[in-house]
Amino acid sequence: MAIIEIQNLRKTFRSGDVDVHALRGVNLTVEKGEFLAVVGKSGSGKSTLFHILGGLTPPTSGTVKIDGQSLTELDEAGRTRLRRNSVGFVFQKYNLLPTLTIRDNIDIARDISGDTTPWDPAFLEVVELLGIAQKLDRKPRQLSGGEQQRVAIARAIVNHPAILLADEPTGNLDSENSDMVLELLRHLNKKTGQTVLMITHDPEAAAFADRTVQMRDGLLHSA
Amino acid sequence: MVYKLVYENLKHRPVRTLLSSLAIGLGVTMMLALVGVGEGMLEDQANRARGVGADLVVRAPGSSVVGMGSLSMNQKILDYVRAQKHVALATPIGVHSTGGVSSIMGINYEEFAAMGGGFRFREGAKFSQQNDVIVDDLYAREKKLKVGSLLHTMNRDWRVSGVFASGKLARVMIPLTVLQDLASANGKITMIYVKLDDPANTQAVIDAMKKDLPEYPIYAMEELIKQFSVNNLPELKAFIGVVVSLSVLFGFLVVFLAMYTAVLERTREIGILKALGAGPSYVLGILLRETVLLAVIGSLCGILMSYGTRWLIATFIPASMVQAIVYRWWPIASLITLAGAVLGVLYPALKAAKQDALDSLSYD
Ligand SMILES: Nc1ncnc2c1ncn2[C@@H]1O[C@H](COP(=O)(O)OP(=O)(O)OP(=O)(O)O)[C@@H](O)[C@H]1O
Ligand SMILES: [Mg+2]
Repeated sequence: MAIIEIQNLRKTFRSGDVDVHALRGVNLTVEKGEFLAVVGKSGSGKSTLFHILGGLTPPTSGTVKIDGQSLTELDEAGRTRLRRNSVGFVFQKYNLLPTLTIRDNIDIARDISGDTTPWDPAFLEVVELLGIAQKLDRKPRQLSGGEQQRVAIARAIVNHPAILLADEPTGNLDSENSDMVLELLRHLNKKTGQTVLMITHDPEAAAFADRTVQMRDGLLHSA
Repeated sequence: MVYKLVYENLKHRPVRTLLSSLAIGLGVTMMLALVGVGEGMLEDQANRARGVGADLVVRAPGSSVVGMGSLSMNQKILDYVRAQKHVALATPIGVHSTGGVSSIMGINYEEFAAMGGGFRFREGAKFSQQNDVIVDDLYAREKKLKVGSLLHTMNRDWRVSGVFASGKLARVMIPLTVLQDLASANGKITMIYVKLDDPANTQAVIDAMKKDLPEYPIYAMEELIKQFSVNNLPELKAFIGVVVSLSVLFGFLVVFLAMYTAVLERTREIGILKALGAGPSYVLGILLRETVLLAVIGSLCGILMSYGTRWLIATFIPASMVQAIVYRWWPIASLITLAGAVLGVLYPALKAAKQDALDSLSYD
């Protein structure tokens, strides 16, 4: 079953007087449970695609469906709901809230989605798997980059999103931490069936995925 | 959960939190101190009027209820008053303004003392010489006077012969005859305090006197004391209004600035929350709660600081001013400040709520 269906997706930015065509007719289908890598040169439109899938910015034209829900008609409130319930985002920068503990960083995502129940056993297992169970009461700055990125992954999946979007999740990490994060993403994908889309510059990182597609000048090609 | 974030944010910038609270509190203190001084001074005036022990007072035609008055009444009225039925004791008082709100009062010592049950001297005794003056303990404390100290007023040096416990109408007293001489107002007095054989006769005596002295304001003491209220001081009421407005403005500016910079500083955090699916109302809620918390802390600081102003006044100018602690105004001042604070957070909060999630989540 396809969890993402994209047809002829275009995104045009207007900067000053010039139109920047970031996406020029992207077509992509991703199956539920797939681990997909997106590679491509800088400026080719990878992040723009993810921002549209993640409800951070609206598409200019084309159709995008996540889990059967069309994104094209969504207004700002609809995109907020999409971010809250259907997608999890992991950024290159870990983007944790610096004043909150690790536990609270995860809990605030749940609070935003209106869930205040205790963590279920499955999620506790994920926390264990991510190797952050012993660090829950620390502040982000007391953790290494790799650890912070693993917290960001836990936060991204705590609300059981349909898709996990990771935009260069290893971009700031050394190779050891990078391998650990990639290994964990693959493990999560295989164990829980979490659909994962990951942008990367690194062919070695892409090798962790089931399939790789390449973005070139706003168009997707299978690699 | 949101409260945790709000709390951590406040804790994260302790100096900002402290300074904003103090600044917010200053508005509260301003209101509480002003209202407290107003009520405290009126209360003190009422207590001192009660301390005379009179049942009614006859004042000069055209004099105001709350003001002290001047030497403008013919002393002959006194003979008339003394001749009235039920009048047990009538004593004249002379008031001479010595600039500003301070004044000096002339009394017939024996009569005045008899009416109110006597003076309680903390130190020294009544006047024995022409240039003797007695002062109350608060005045003595403020002016650092002891028995034997010199006090310069009305262009002359007085010797303090006694310091009495406050609560006897005036703070500085001399013999009435001496005051009349100095003011070149022989035969003139300011008012007459009257004690009756039975307080129950007060109204009957007033009614009878008013027939003969239609131009003279004659008040029962209890009635007069009731007049010592903020409602009869339009200037004070107006001033309180000004200070209330200033406090709202103050709270508004402080919170506007504090929260505006907070929003600028936290664009990234706000972006993260938005990326996690927080809507405008969630972001608004966070900033609003933070503001309310600041206002509450600020109000508490303000209330505490109003005890500070009371201490300062009681320590340094006990005779000139009295500040009461007016509990009734705690919630009023706090709510007024809260209103200013909430107005102040509106613009920063709307700016934050409208902020684009992507703007702040830069990748560099
Ligand atoms: N908000 C924006 N306004 C104007 N132009 C933009 C905006 N965002 C992206 N672009 C442009 O769209 C194009 C695609 O950008 P995008 O960030 O998607 O590339 P990318 O593949 O993620 O690059 P990188 O590998 O460097 O992250 C670029 O030319 C970029 O300058
Ligand atoms: Mg990018």
